[in-house]
Amino acid sequence: MLSSDQVRHIATLARLGLSDAEVEKFSRQLSDIFQYIEKLNEVNTDQVEPTFQVTGLENVVRPDDVKPFSSRDQLLACSPLPLQNDQVLVENVIVAHE
Amino acid sequence: MFEQLTLAQAHQGLKKKQFSSEELTGDLLTRIDQLNPSLNAYLTVSKDEALSMARQADQVIANHADFHPLTGIPVGIKDLINTKGIRSTSASPILRDFVPPYDATVIERLKAANFVLAGKLNLDEYACGSSTENSAFGVTKNPWDRERVAGGSSGGSTAAVAADISFYSLGTDTGGSIRQPASFCNVVGLKVTYGRVSRSGVTALASSFDTIGPITKTVEDAAIVLQQIAGQDVKDATTLAAQVPDYRSSLGKSLEGLKIGIPQEYFGEGIEPEVEKLVRDAIKEYEKMGVKVKAVSLPTTAYAVALYYVSMPAELSANLARYDGIRFGAKPQSKVKDLVDYYYQARKEGFGDEIKRRIMIGTYVLSAGYYDAYYRKAQKVRTLIIQDFQKVFQEVDVLITPVSPFPAFKIGQKKDDPLAMYLADVFTIPLNCAGIPGLSVPCGFTANGLPVGMQIIGPQLSEDLLLKVGAAYEQVTQWHLQKPKLA
Repeated sequence: MLSSDQVRHIATLARLGLSDAEVEKFSRQLSDIFQYIEKLNEVNTDQVEPTFQVTGLENVVRPDDVKPFSSRDQLLACSPLPLQNDQVLVENVIVAHE
Repeated sequence: MFEQLTLAQAHQGLKKKQFSSEELTGDLLTRIDQLNPSLNAYLTVSKDEALSMARQADQVIANHADFHPLTGIPVGIKDLINTKGIRSTSASPILRDFVPPYDATVIERLKAANFVLAGKLNLDEYACGSSTENSAFGVTKNPWDRERVAGGSSGGSTAAVAADISFYSLGTDTGGSIRQPASFCNVVGLKVTYGRVSRSGVTALASSFDTIGPITKTVEDAAIVLQQIAGQDVKDATTLAAQVPDYRSSLGKSLEGLKIGIPQEYFGEGIEPEVEKLVRDAIKEYEKMGVKVKAVSLPTTAYAVALYYVSMPAELSANLARYDGIRFGAKPQSKVKDLVDYYYQARKEGFGDEIKRRIMIGTYVLSAGYYDAYYRKAQKVRTLIIQDFQKVFQEVDVLITPVSPFPAFKIGQKKDDPLAMYLADVFTIPLNCAGIPGLSVPCGFTANGLPVGMQIIGPQLSEDLLLKVGAAYEQVTQWHLQKPKLA
């Protein structure tokens, strides 16, 4: 049901690196799962509204009071990458074509 | 020495000065050292922190005749819940060294009561699983039979409470992850009404399904813990403003006039006969108390697992998009070409198979062309599940069902069949779809000594009723007092 190409495409969208063996294994397993999910088509939902959350709450707001975060250094320490002026230094975004 | 005490008993012990928090904590830490290698319940033991918190608790106890029932009692907490300064892994490779810079709200509330943190307990990665086999740090063994799973995803928590290496625990329940492992380990587990307990500081799995709740040795203990963690939180806009009742005051009251519904879809085909017999025997105990029992129907039940495995992965894929090894999380160990490659590698190395599967399901069902057929369809079926429960609760007050179609299975038995694993949650998932509470209470053992739990289900905000109904069963049975034989 789900081809290897489809699995590779989904993995690209989700930024998940997969080996060829994983693509093979997951396309089998995901096909089984999607086959099962087809069951939902047995249910008549013509006049039914979708549910997005169960609390019934709407537009819960609070005053826009800014409070400084007390553990700033601990927060910055969470990054595995080097910091420069409290900014996280990442890999090259723009790569030259050879 | 005191490890078999319930939370309520341990509190009395501290009050009567039979022992100090430091002694209680020291004993528990010793017992954890002895038993954890064969159970793998704890991922992190916070020994220094625990003893420091215990000493602080002893100060409070020394200076007050009355103190909070949670004061000075050492516990492990599911490792999905942020504990400031103490490694919190979510059982995921990418967070193996993550140290949260803040406490979850539920932890802040336990700290306000001067609790003692003994350590962090094992789970399926990001709470995705029903056996704790999806943990990046090994499975947790069931104390009742170490060749079997403790259940999941809160397997570390339920095993620890069952083995008396934690006086209670906090778990999370998104599709059954408190109730099912509680039933596998002979402990009490409460899934609360969605919004009753703050999710702030708890790693998000599926934001419209996730709940946090107590795992305890008795129903009374669950009432005590719930009292402290329930309530509105400004940091979680989905928490309910509804007043928190005095949960303990409803325990022991008469069940006269109570109507219990038995939904036919939760019995019969697919359930192991021993499980069904034990749950039906439990229902007979209630009939002896004079309550009315009535057959009811929840027609959409058979579709709950399918809807859940569309909606939950969709929400999960969105929640896990933040794990890229930039602001937090592990960086890739293999060489990367550029930033985008960094993302692919960090997430390839950082997530287990089940997580990758679920991210891909979620990505697919939310994508253009498939959104209406899958995601929107699932959300409509969810409405029908909600309506089923609303109708039934006009006829009866609570429902009683099995928690799981079978008791604890052998480690490895379901690992290669993800779909078989998903179907294990057929009786627990519908409650998460509807946002209603459910209490898992021990109701007996199979012929080969495996625990079985029954599930007591109620409408939104009926935790006080569920606890009352569960406590009444505990009064007339001894299941919850049985302990596993540990070397």
